[in-house]
Amino acid sequence: MSYGVSSSLAAVLLIPIAAAALLALVPGYKLGAGLNLLASFLTLLAALSLFVVERPLPGPYLQVDDLNVVFIALGSFVGFTTSLFSASYIAHELETGKLTSTYLRFYHAMYQLLMFAMNLALASNNIGLMWVAIELATLTTVLMVGIYRTHEALEAAWKYFILGSVGIALALFGTILVYMAARPVVGPGLDAMVWTTLMKHSAAFDPALLNVAFVFLLLGYGTKVGLAPLHAWLPDAHAEGPTPISAVLSGLLLNVALYAVLRFKLLLAGNPGVIAPGPLMVSMGLTSLVFAAFMLYRRRDIKRLFAYSSIEHMGIITFAFGMGGALANFAGLLHMTMHSLTKSAIFFAVGHISQVKGSQKIADIGGLTETHPVLGWVLVVGVMAIAGLPPMGIFMSEFLVVSSTFARMPLLAIPLVLGLLVALGALILRLNGIAFGEPRGSTAPAKASYLPMFAHLGLVLAAGIYLPGPLVAWFRHVAALLG
Amino acid sequence: MDRMVLDVAHLLAGGLLLVSFMMLYQDRLPALFNVFALHAFILALSVAWQAYVQAAPHLYVTAGIALVFKAIVIPLALRQIVLRLGIYREIEPVVGIGSTMLAGMGLVALSLALMLRVTAEADALAREDLAFALSVVLLGLLMMVTRRNAVGQVVGFMSLENGLVLAATGAKGMPLVVEISVAFSILIAFIVIGIFLFRIRERFDTVDIQALDRFRGERQ
Repeated sequence: MSYGVSSSLAAVLLIPIAAAALLALVPGYKLGAGLNLLASFLTLLAALSLFVVERPLPGPYLQVDDLNVVFIALGSFVGFTTSLFSASYIAHELETGKLTSTYLRFYHAMYQLLMFAMNLALASNNIGLMWVAIELATLTTVLMVGIYRTHEALEAAWKYFILGSVGIALALFGTILVYMAARPVVGPGLDAMVWTTLMKHSAAFDPALLNVAFVFLLLGYGTKVGLAPLHAWLPDAHAEGPTPISAVLSGLLLNVALYAVLRFKLLLAGNPGVIAPGPLMVSMGLTSLVFAAFMLYRRRDIKRLFAYSSIEHMGIITFAFGMGGALANFAGLLHMTMHSLTKSAIFFAVGHISQVKGSQKIADIGGLTETHPVLGWVLVVGVMAIAGLPPMGIFMSEFLVVSSTFARMPLLAIPLVLGLLVALGALILRLNGIAFGEPRGSTAPAKASYLPMFAHLGLVLAAGIYLPGPLVAWFRHVAALLG
Repeated sequence: MDRMVLDVAHLLAGGLLLVSFMMLYQDRLPALFNVFALHAFILALSVAWQAYVQAAPHLYVTAGIALVFKAIVIPLALRQIVLRLGIYREIEPVVGIGSTMLAGMGLVALSLALMLRVTAEADALAREDLAFALSVVLLGLLMMVTRRNAVGQVVGFMSLENGLVLAATGAKGMPLVVEISVAFSILIAFIVIGIFLFRIRERFDTVDIQALDRFRGERQ
């Protein structure tokens, strides 16, 4: 107990890492997929138990608090449903010979390693450990993006690797600067890297150093969030890797990087002498939103289309958290949750669609609601949700973001609303060709697992209609923590 | 004594920066690896000096890793890869050498102006080391930007990591976490790179990034 580890927290970390080791040894994809599913399910249970068990005091390496428990639970849930989707997805990949069983073994091991790295990053109470975990997550996803070994996949993985490493290098430099700022106050050694200690003393840190550190950290981790000038890796990585990885990237990894930025923003908020971190985040978020909204129009690849939509939504979330205040933070948290659920559901549908049609090109896909009604309508509902139409949950969170912008910074509401409308137009335009009209491409029946999509979209719909009181109270409480 | 401690530390850090500049104008891969080995060697000396000055024996481990792994093993392995792939002749820089050097000087000026100003409170040893380290990091970035060749970019990335190690060891008492992580990340980075190069070799006859760029997914 002395190191801030309860048995639930230990389970959240140990189950994935043990599963990764086991999956690397297990031959046969059926067993592998089943074990992957089981491990993800157990991790989810452990993550949920974090809400009920008594929390240990934060240790020098790990902690659980009200903020990260939300991220861990959301991540484990999406990780579990994605592993369910992944099982049916890879069966098809194996049939068509795109992957061999050796690669699948590797894929499953990497999947669990990624889950471990993300949970470690979220549960870390140490800026150094957090950095290591995010780097590990990056490396595992690089390997998975390149798994098809086509020209495009290699290019995407290489680009992701190079940009991701540069981002992670800048983040390490920022981490070192934070340590330098903390050392004169906290004293040298491990204490000067522990979040809880840093937060306690942040008022006394050298503001100039903290300013520079935050710029490095925002650029570094911002690369991983996919914010606008640094997003170049994101569409390629989403488009060329296996679709379950696209779902995990959009639904989880971007959130983890954002969590790191939020933590450092909190650290700066405790110091009166520093620049306000909010405007930096607001401008990066807004740029991402408007840029990605316009980029949506010219996409020809269906996975790339939704990758740009992820950039757009990460922009909105960063914007909301940058603006700060109870309402905007609440909206940001809600939007993050809704986006994770919706976007991964969309990628589940898109994965099966591109498998059935044998192509990711939008030009090759048409009239889905006629040829594959379930997949087609799931996609329609998903796109409606992601575009922010009522009654889905994203409508509510976007509404909150927009209304709090009007109340606080009316001028910024103009580009915000413009970006949202442009994105809505682009998505509807593309959806029209994909889901309706003349059927194009193969009409072979799809062997899809619909459960994950229904579960995600059902939750998003339910949240749009009625948010249960305890959930609202919890989000409100976390939003207040975020300042 | 105190004066000398600073002077030696600055000499080594400055030497690292100088070698970074030397890397910018290498136009043959084997020569680039030699210069990188020198870079890592100077880093090892610099870290060892920090270990001695700070009386922090664990830093000798970092120095040893830099010496054995980065100054000897990696350059040799890269040379093997390059020989096997038959791409040892030259690397085409994207921009001319002259403008690259000018940009490099600009970056160094920038990082000195920035770091010396914001770290006015910190102790002199860490302060100037940090300014040099940021310069090395930025030059590493510049090198990655100006190389088309995948192997050249990897060397740029490793020189960037050398700059980070310099910064981490300059910060007095930085816990072992980071040293382990840096060593660890180099190891992983190398494995990743090895796999990448291997795969690229399997599929293409070139490691030129521009050849990869041709296969942009969006182009029809």
